[in-house]
Parts: sequence; structure tokens; C-alpha cells
Amino acid sequence: MSPIASAADALAIDTGVVTRILCGFVHDEVNKVGFDRVVVGLSGGVDSALTAALAARALGPQNVVPVLMPYRTSNPASEADARAICEALRIEPVVVDISPQIDAYFERHPQADRDRRGNKMARERMSILYDMSWVHRALVIGTSNKTELLLGYGTVFGDQAHALNPLGDLYKTQVFAMARALQLPERVIAKAPSADLWEGQSDEEDLGFEYAVVDVLLYHLVDERRTRGELRAMGFDDDFVTMVAQRVRDSQYKRRPPLIAKLSARTIDREFRYPRDWGR
Amino acid sequence: MTTPAGQFTGTQATPPVPAPAEAVLTEARPRQASDPPDSVVVVLAQLAPRLGDVATNLERHLAILGEAQRGGGHLVVFPELSLTGYFLKDLVPDVALRLTSAELATLADACRGIDAVVGCVLETEDARFHNVAIYLSGGRIQHIHRKVYLPTYGLFDELRYLAPGDRFRTFSAPLAAAHVRRAWSAGILICEDMWHPSATAILARQGLEVLFCPSSSPGRGIGEGVALGTSRSYDHMTRTYAQLFTTFVVYVNRVGFEDGVGFWGGSRIIGPDGSVLGEAGGSDEALIWQRVDLGALRRVRLAYPLLRDERHDINDDESDRLRRRRLSD
Repeated sequence: MSPIASAADALAIDTGVVTRILCGFVHDEVNKVGFDRVVVGLSGGVDSALTAALAARALGPQNVVPVLMPYRTSNPASEADARAICEALRIEPVVVDISPQIDAYFERHPQADRDRRGNKMARERMSILYDMSWVHRALVIGTSNKTELLLGYGTVFGDQAHALNPLGDLYKTQVFAMARALQLPERVIAKAPSADLWEGQSDEEDLGFEYAVVDVLLYHLVDERRTRGELRAMGFDDDFVTMVAQRVRDSQYKRRPPLIAKLSARTIDREFRYPRDWGR
Repeated sequence: MTTPAGQFTGTQATPPVPAPAEAVLTEARPRQASDPPDSVVVVLAQLAPRLGDVATNLERHLAILGEAQRGGGHLVVFPELSLTGYFLKDLVPDVALRLTSAELATLADACRGIDAVVGCVLETEDARFHNVAIYLSGGRIQHIHRKVYLPTYGLFDELRYLAPGDRFRTFSAPLAAAHVRRAWSAGILICEDMWHPSATAILARQGLEVLFCPSSSPGRGIGEGVALGTSRSYDHMTRTYAQLFTTFVVYVNRVGFEDGVGFWGGSRIIGPDGSVLGEAGGSDEALIWQRVDLGALRRVRLAYPLLRDERHDINDDESDRLRRRRLSD
């Protein structure tokens, strides 16, 4: 076994313990702010499927509002997969086609490249989820996993905007393990991960490396705080480590609230520190 | 003897009084001839305190104390910061009590026919705030332990908000309601205090018979085959301390979530031979009722006279030598 393969063992999780903690988290944090329902954007991918499954376990299927938000160029298989997830979880999908609002905007910006369009779609979906949140009296639950949060592979104020995030401390590899443990539809687990922001998009092509490899590196870099020398001895290529470490550093702003210029003696989030669950 | 937790889950504003009917009935029977002569019914209150809401938490304490007393309990042990919740941050001064606070008088008053260990923030006259566990008995405060080791690493930030205590002292736990022939020699360690074995050793040297360990331990570590990492650590510590210091250990950890952090529960009581006498075995709210036979202390210490054989003189001599070396450096 190669050193990297043996290092991968570190990502093995007790899915029973994790399921119990995450269902408790969703139940407790949703209820204590006076809600009993959640709204989740369902893409057909494994992250949102797992999020919906955990929410359905924690709150009951009737308290999960899955919103499908296809664009006209989205892969039709994505919506079919999302519907299969709804069926498996016995949750009722709400479908909002985002094509009219996206096309209306980009009619005025026909030169927009695909990244710009992708980010815009992510933010339109966010605004729809928050509107559905109002309609259904339901909290927006996020689906970002630890891998994409650390790599900055998400749209700030888009898919990264939500009230609660149950998956944010699970690497993509661990999300797959959880999806298998909760017996989500195999087609959702087996397909190549994609943000589906343009035709044929693949996360791993986009990123330039495989989740299975980068997750092991991130675990040893971030969780274990191993040195460059230690990572090299484990078989990680120096250039790969440098590139990933730089992605983590450069996307730090996406994981923090906006900066506030300090003036007073008690600035919000600097000296003014209260729990988020203040009064809950 | 675990109360089904479903009876009072969550952190409702006005939680129902826990009514552990079945479990109470097993303990509420009158003392029987077959009971050991010196036995005490200890109730472990594995709760999810409401963050920053002393009034609601106080109500729950009073309800549980009443229920425990009616059910034949002699002592209730609550978790760390049971009156306030844990991740208080800047709420510390808002929730702090003083020795003269009405809340403590009310609690003391509720502890006339039962003893209790409760947790809160205690403010001194010179505006220092301590994370404390208070032993109440006979309508008054019997002992206060100020947490010495305030974790300030990882997800912990206690030294930013709190002042550390400076001593580990045993005290006399009367347990008058149990009609025991003499008081129990007790000590308290709050959560992180347990991670420093010298603390238990210092208490043991003073004649420790029961160690109360109120805790707010956040669950973390999800590796395969280890259950929860933190629960494994406390499993080792509670059983090891009980066995090495031949003492009862009463570990009460809270449950519930604060700012997304889950507390894992697992409250338990360990006998002086290191065996688990009773435990919650889960992360739901629960009352654990356990009859404890104080006679076990003598039996275990006859079999394992570790305390008799302890060489305090070596410890003193070596400590003196190390202190001199430190001073001469």
C-alpha cells in the first residue's frame, strides 16, 4: 500500500456517530430559533441529497422543502436525480426554473463568460431559497462540504449563504461514506461530482485533481497540521501541496464575515463577542 | 436505571418537569433490609441548559431536585455551568451570580432534604468571574470549587472570560437525607481539571471517597471504531481515577447544542474498583438513578491498599528538590 493510500484511512468515519450528531444538530439548531422546517436547494448531487436526508431524519420528511432550480442548459439527468432523491426521502419537490431571470439579466451582458454566469446562477438560487424560506417559514440549510469550503470552490453569497451547515466539517470523501451509510440512491453516489453550472462541467476537471487525493492532503494539512516534510514523506508532491495550501489561504475571505473598520473600543466580532445562540 | 430521555428533550422555554415514573418507582421504595447499611441514591442530571437563561435553568434545577427528593434520591449532580450554559463569551458578566444572589438562596433552600452539586459563574467583589461547582446541603452552601484549569486552546476560550481557581480541597458531604453513619469525604473537579492527574492526587491525599466531575465536554473526533473521540478519553479517565485512587467517580456531562457544537453526555458513576455502576449511554437528556454502597470503599481498599501504601514523603522530597532547582535556575 502506498503511503498516501494508508494515509487515507484517516478519513474513515463512524457513520452512525456522525448521523446521530448531525441529526441532533439540525433538530436542535432549527428548533431553538423557532422553526421546525428547512428549505434546501436540491441539485441532484450527493451533498444536497445527504443534507436533505439528514434533515428528513431530524425533522420528518414533511418538514423538508426541497427546491429544484434548473437552468435551461442544466443536465436533465440532474433534475431526474433530484426527483429520485425526493422520492426516496418521501419529500415533495418545489421546482423553480431560473432560466427567465438569468436570461433576462444576461441579455444585457451577452459577453459574460461562463464563470460569471455560474456565479450569477448560484446567487439567483440563493435568493430563491431565501424567498422560499419566507414562504414556507423554513430555515435555509446549506450543503457546502469541508473540501469545497477549504478550497474556496463555491460562490460567496451564493451556495455559501445559508443559516445552518451540517456538512461543513465533512470532507467530500466522508460525504460519500455518509451517503452510502444512509442508502441514498446509487445513481447519485456513483456519478461524477459536478456543480452543473455549464454543460459537461466536472468538479474534478475544474479543480485539476481528484477529491479522493486532495481530501487526504487537506486532512493531514489542516486537521493534523503536518509539516511540508511530513507530507513529502507521506508521498505528496511538493508542488501539489503548495498549490492546495495556496488555495486554502487565498479563499480565507470567503469563510469569514466582512471586515469591519475598527474605531470604537468594542467592535462587533472583535471585542463584542456573543454566542450566535444568544437568547436561544 | 436510566430515565427514558424522551420525556424532556430539547431546550424548551418552559420544559416539563421530568417525570421519570418507572425509574423513580424502582428507587422510591422504602429502604429495605437487603440494602447496604450505608447507601446513597445518587441522581445524575444529564441536562441541556439553556444558554444564558439563568431563570429557566433555575426552574429546571428546582423541578429536578423536587422530583429526585420525592423519588428517594439523596444527591443530585448537575453538569458544569448547569445554571448558565457553556459557550457564554461576553454573556459571562450578565449571567454571573454572587454569593448573596437570590438564585443561590433559592437553590440552597431547595437542598434541605437533598444534597446537590450545581454549576454557575460566580463573581467576586473585585469583578473576577469563576466557573464554579457548588455543593449544597442542609439549606446552605457546603463547598465551592473554582475551576482551576481553564482550557484556552482549540474550541475553548475560557481564560479570556474567566479567572482560574487556585486550590483543590476535599470537603464533608453530609448526605443527611440518606441517614449514613458519617459524611462522605468529597472533592470536585470541573471538566478540564480532570485532564491534570495531580488534581485528583491532591484530593486523594486529603482522603477522597467520592469525586464529582461536572462537565461540559463538546463531542469531537469521529474516526471509525472509536465511538466519539472525547467519550473514549473520559471513559479512560473516569475508570482510571476511580481505580487508582479507590474512590467513587460521578461524571455528569451535559447534552444539547450551542452554536453548532454538540455535547455528548455519557454521564456515569464508577465504583472504587473502576467498574461502571451506571451510565446514561447516550446524548439525550436523562436522569440516571444509582444506589451507591459506601461499604464498597472499605472492601476495595482492603483488597487494594493503594492509598495506605502511597509514599507522600517521596512526592514531597522530590517536589522540594524540583522547586529548589527551579528557584536556583
